[in-house]
Amino acid sequence: MKGILFGTATIAALAFGLQPVAAQQSIKIGFVSTFSGSQAAIGEDMRRSVDLAVEHLGGKIAGKKIEIVYEDDQFKPDVGKARSEKLVQQDKVNFVAGYIWSNVLLASLKTVTDEGDTILISANAGPSQIAGELCNKNFFSTSWQNDQTPMAMGEYLNTKGVKSLYVVGPNYAAGKDMLAGVKRTYKGTIAGEDYTKWPDQLDFSAELTKIAAAKPGGIFIFYPGAHGVQFVKQWVQAGLNKTVPLYQVFSIDAITLPQQGELALGTLGAQEWVNDLPNEQNKKYVADFKKKYKVYPSYYGAQSYDAIMLIASAAEALKGDLSDKAKVRAEMKKANFKSLRGDFKFGNNNFPIENFYIQETVKDAEGMMTVKTIATAVKAGQDPYHDKCAMK
Amino acid sequence: MDYLLIQTLNGVQLGLLMFLLAAGLTLTFGIMDLVNLAHGSLYMMGAYLAWTFIGWTDSFVLGVLLSLPATFLLGVVVEAVVMRRLYARDHLDQVLATFGLILFFNELVRAVWGPAGKSIAVPAFLGHTVEILPGVPYPAYRFALIVAGGVVAILLAWLVTRTRMGMVIRAGASNRRMIAALGVNIELLFSLVFGLGAVFAGLAGVMAAPIASVKIGMGDDILILAFVIIVIGGIGSIKGAFVAAMMVGQIDIFGRTYLPDLLKTFLSPAAASGAAPALSQMMVYIVMAGVLVWRPTGLFGQRS
Repeated sequence: MKGILFGTATIAALAFGLQPVAAQQSIKIGFVSTFSGSQAAIGEDMRRSVDLAVEHLGGKIAGKKIEIVYEDDQFKPDVGKARSEKLVQQDKVNFVAGYIWSNVLLASLKTVTDEGDTILISANAGPSQIAGELCNKNFFSTSWQNDQTPMAMGEYLNTKGVKSLYVVGPNYAAGKDMLAGVKRTYKGTIAGEDYTKWPDQLDFSAELTKIAAAKPGGIFIFYPGAHGVQFVKQWVQAGLNKTVPLYQVFSIDAITLPQQGELALGTLGAQEWVNDLPNEQNKKYVADFKKKYKVYPSYYGAQSYDAIMLIASAAEALKGDLSDKAKVRAEMKKANFKSLRGDFKFGNNNFPIENFYIQETVKDAEGMMTVKTIATAVKAGQDPYHDKCAMK
Repeated sequence: MDYLLIQTLNGVQLGLLMFLLAAGLTLTFGIMDLVNLAHGSLYMMGAYLAWTFIGWTDSFVLGVLLSLPATFLLGVVVEAVVMRRLYARDHLDQVLATFGLILFFNELVRAVWGPAGKSIAVPAFLGHTVEILPGVPYPAYRFALIVAGGVVAILLAWLVTRTRMGMVIRAGASNRRMIAALGVNIELLFSLVFGLGAVFAGLAGVMAAPIASVKIGMGDDILILAFVIIVIGGIGSIKGAFVAAMMVGQIDIFGRTYLPDLLKTFLSPAAASGAAPALSQMMVYIVMAGVLVWRPTGLFGQRS
């Protein structure tokens, strides 16, 4: 019995060992996002954009077929980590991309970048830890560091002369970064600050009552996806939309607007990418996306599209030979691709240095809810943690 | 004072919503001895069905009214197809099977309604705020929730304490074998109780929908709290579920309202804002642990 087992194991080892890595015929990209549960709409938007990127590339990079393996993190850090491990250990992907949630990314990071020695591209989450002390040569971001977008909002609120601000967000890694971000740049008074249970708190009546009592000059929120829908609805139901303006990051976008509808009209938000940015690649992306899926893409999608294009640029430059990781990293770092947001370059911690815009919620010519750029809040902004990163 | 009143009302409103969900759960657990994790799925289905009916009829009230018999029917079908096979099994099997039902319903909703959430607008006549006291505005919809939830709670109390069916239900909760021996049609009773639980869960889903959004898995988050409520109240007791739901509603709201400020009096603001959400999240469970130490069968529990 022992002999048979041993024999089987040897054959299996041989079979796996014989697979020649260098002669790999495809470029395999693992993509981790949320495809089930309440936040599945975000994952769907990312998947659509990845599919569109592959289509725009003609299905091939450097003559090799692109293979995308989608994995569902179910909105849970432990599941995300297990799925990431599967991609690296079992599927042996060349890159892992995706990650909406900071807590999922933090749980999965080491599994991919250290134990798996695989390059990870975050297409959304940007926890402060990874920009600072946890920064990693195998990590790249096509989004932002969490603090940056709210910092841009804070800058804008200063120029707008908003005297006091009540800040509310969920009690998890990204929520803390986001509120820290707005407080970093905003110069007025903080009238109040609340952290709510994440992800199960959907009723904000207690917080809205506190806000109404505090009478601030504005509310700042960070509630991605389904939670943003809830907050905006309850803000209107409480009648606060008539007295306290809402300023937001990641809470009113192409994912949430179909449900928020006209309730969100006129609200302002900050973002590094907006669907009306006037560069050629963005026009093509937005037009093709709308043609194919009949809805607007969101920044989640745009960042995912960029992640695939970034990978393509590095793999093209190396003629599809991804065997030398150091060379791949060097090519990635050049960011030699046409980002949908226009100018794009990496800082020392592999987070982008980029502009941030202020967007207003409007109705387009066909009556569809969307956002449009109204101002540039920050030019070539870099995250505040980059000097804590050991990479130079 | 106004502030306190509004926060209390917020707690009452949350409590009533939780009561509707917990009522069905405590009945099925207490009478049928069935652990039904899929109770949250009925909550979700109620909301999705209402969304569809509101689309058809173009009326919020009609849509909600239509969704009630629909969720009842759904409950009866689920009971006949799945639950009936589980009564004789132990709780672990029931947990596994009903967990499977959660996955089934989530995928069903994805297939029928798509992955993106749906939105039910607050009906126009409730879209404003009402003055509960002169100069104290309160969202009209939440006020309507309190009224509707209160009416349903009274109806349920009447049903359970004053009608023959309620008598049988109460008898079933205290001694199931005995009522079977007395010739009560247990199969029919179970069908009815499960259907009734489904209606209340569905109604809670519909009522929560305009505040929250209608989305896949919307019942899963809230289900844990519903279980906490029936454990605090005593399994099988409607009165217990009501009292516990009211307690949980107030604890939740006041934890969120006052804990951060309370902690700031003796902690640094940074530490307080870190600890307060965690602590207010734990409050409900701390209370549950306290109640269980004091009364192991819950506040109004009958079984030992």
